[in-house]
Amino acid sequence: MTINLLLQNIANGLSLGSLYSLIAIGYTMVYGILRLINFAHGEIFMLAPYFLYFGVLIFHLPWWASAIVAIGLTAFTGMLSERIAYKPLRDAPRISALISAIGVSFFLQNLSIVVFSGIPKSVHRPAFFTKIFQFGEIRIQSTLFASIGVSIIFLSLLIYIIYQTKTGLAMRAISRDIETSRLMGVGVNRAISVTFIIGSALAAVGGILWSLRFPQIVPTMGIIPGLKAFIAAVVGGIGSIPGAMLGGFILGMSEILFVTFFPAMSGYRDAFVFFILIIILLLKPDGILGTKVQEKV
Amino acid sequence: MRKYLFILVLAGAILLLGSVALAQDVVKFGAAEPMTGAMAVGGELCWRGYELALEQTPTVLGKKIELILVDNKSEKVDAANAVSRLIERDGVVAVFVSYGSGMAIPGGEVANKAGIPLISGTATNPLVTQGKEYVFRACFIDPFQGQVMAQYAYETLGFRKSALLVDIAQDYSVGLANFYKRTFEQLGGEIVSDTKYNTGDQDFSAQLSQIIASGAEALFFPGYFGDVALIAIQGRELGFTGQYLGGDTLHNPVLVDLAKEAAEGLIASTFFAEDQPATPESEKFAKLFREKYNLAPDAVSILCYDSFNLLVDAIERANSFDPVAIKDALAATKDFQGAGGSITIDENGDAIKPAVLVKIVNGDYKYEATVYP
Repeated sequence: MTINLLLQNIANGLSLGSLYSLIAIGYTMVYGILRLINFAHGEIFMLAPYFLYFGVLIFHLPWWASAIVAIGLTAFTGMLSERIAYKPLRDAPRISALISAIGVSFFLQNLSIVVFSGIPKSVHRPAFFTKIFQFGEIRIQSTLFASIGVSIIFLSLLIYIIYQTKTGLAMRAISRDIETSRLMGVGVNRAISVTFIIGSALAAVGGILWSLRFPQIVPTMGIIPGLKAFIAAVVGGIGSIPGAMLGGFILGMSEILFVTFFPAMSGYRDAFVFFILIIILLLKPDGILGTKVQEKV
Repeated sequence: MRKYLFILVLAGAILLLGSVALAQDVVKFGAAEPMTGAMAVGGELCWRGYELALEQTPTVLGKKIELILVDNKSEKVDAANAVSRLIERDGVVAVFVSYGSGMAIPGGEVANKAGIPLISGTATNPLVTQGKEYVFRACFIDPFQGQVMAQYAYETLGFRKSALLVDIAQDYSVGLANFYKRTFEQLGGEIVSDTKYNTGDQDFSAQLSQIIASGAEALFFPGYFGDVALIAIQGRELGFTGQYLGGDTLHNPVLVDLAKEAAEGLIASTFFAEDQPATPESEKFAKLFREKYNLAPDAVSILCYDSFNLLVDAIERANSFDPVAIKDALAATKDFQGAGGSITIDENGDAIKPAVLVKIVNGDYKYEATVYP
């Protein structure tokens, strides 16, 4: 192995990891506040590039405008899914909401197959996103810089919302104890809706960046990234936003480095990733940056 | 009063008889294809072929053909269940399981046990028909295809170092890559990188970086075109300048649409080239297909179209709907003029037909060469 190959693969790992972490943040936010694993996150992620695609194709919007509309529509779909499928189950056992989330996931995925058809669609990439930056023999896609930039912007925005606004305060209160917050007059429904809007908007941004990096959209495209992001969130410590980002990078990097060192075993890439998950959870059941939740008696 | 009752009973009886007669006028064919799941695209393409064939030939031996479609969800177990459902519940006289060798193998197992003929349009893995009297196919098999591509890469294109990127989840891809590897090495070439992935993977950067570092002159990637489109794009982005080579799944206009300029120059072995019609049927098919779908014909649609007609032809020659008679007629098929070339069925139930190589030039598949078995 040459040093160039290693450096190239580190760049590849960062590029993949940055996308995983964007998606993982949405997972972790919803979990942190509602203790709900939103399995439909991967499907929300998949809808955004489709909205973008049709915005350009049917409504002839300029690319950037279509992207904004797509993020808005996706965020709305995320909020709607919460209102319809999770809100009525808020007081039911946690497993019911989980099953409902799986239902939403299958529903959105199969609806998309019917509506958008199963044939993959090509993604139009603005000139900036097809650009390759070359450092010596290392080639880096511009999406890497875009996704890291977007992650930093959204992360600061998120920290601002959570720690500086009233809605953020409500979110933090709900994450501690939903019943008590409600009794104290916190606008629980509104705060939860905002959580879903932010989480889904992040999934939408992730989905659009993903489709620019891997320019092909298909209704099943959200399954594996969704699962990987979920793992990233768990590895980093579910509920923790910096943890989700860290988890995303660890996951992306370990996937790529596994193939780098064992190219003949590249087919076992996913098996290796899930193996890492098991090891980390055995050593640190709450994830790397997770905190132990005290059960109230 | 009694008279009216009599008329009513009579009318009822006639209606009943009529409907029985109507039921007898229908003959059922079954199709178990992947309409959802990872291979939904293939199922959709294939269905277009059946649909077009049914429009052209709506009846056989004076009976109306009813084609029943069951989704096999791109899953092996569901494929077996779909075929038994078609045979037991719907009472079909023959079944098609065309797309994906992985589904055609278990489907064929079930049909063979039940003694119902099964035709696969595009499953090229040798195991599909092996040891199964009732299973046939309209395409050539992977050993032939892999050999053709390896020979072409080594002898005609003069490559000595080739890389492989194989979809380990697909029997098709694994089989084809093995046959390519065997021939390429026998000829004296070297496989410098043998990497793998799983259907539906989207990031191939690590494998491709490895392939580029290995100094391969050609990359053989016999996967499904959706995955391959992403590989082709990422390969060029990472700086791979070698030749792309693939099998019949890559003869699909959707691939060009997805990969755009990254697919330029890709060479694939397939069953027909639109600019070099093999039979008068090929021209007719291309014209009808363009009229109905406003798309360039693809290899999957054409083979599914041929499988349908192959069955109709066998039923006509057998002059019966008896499964055993249909099976015997299918086995005796000789020089059948299909849209995807002339078909003769060999003793294994496989089609003997030449391979056509096509190359993507300016976004279109252009005829490159014909290789006879």
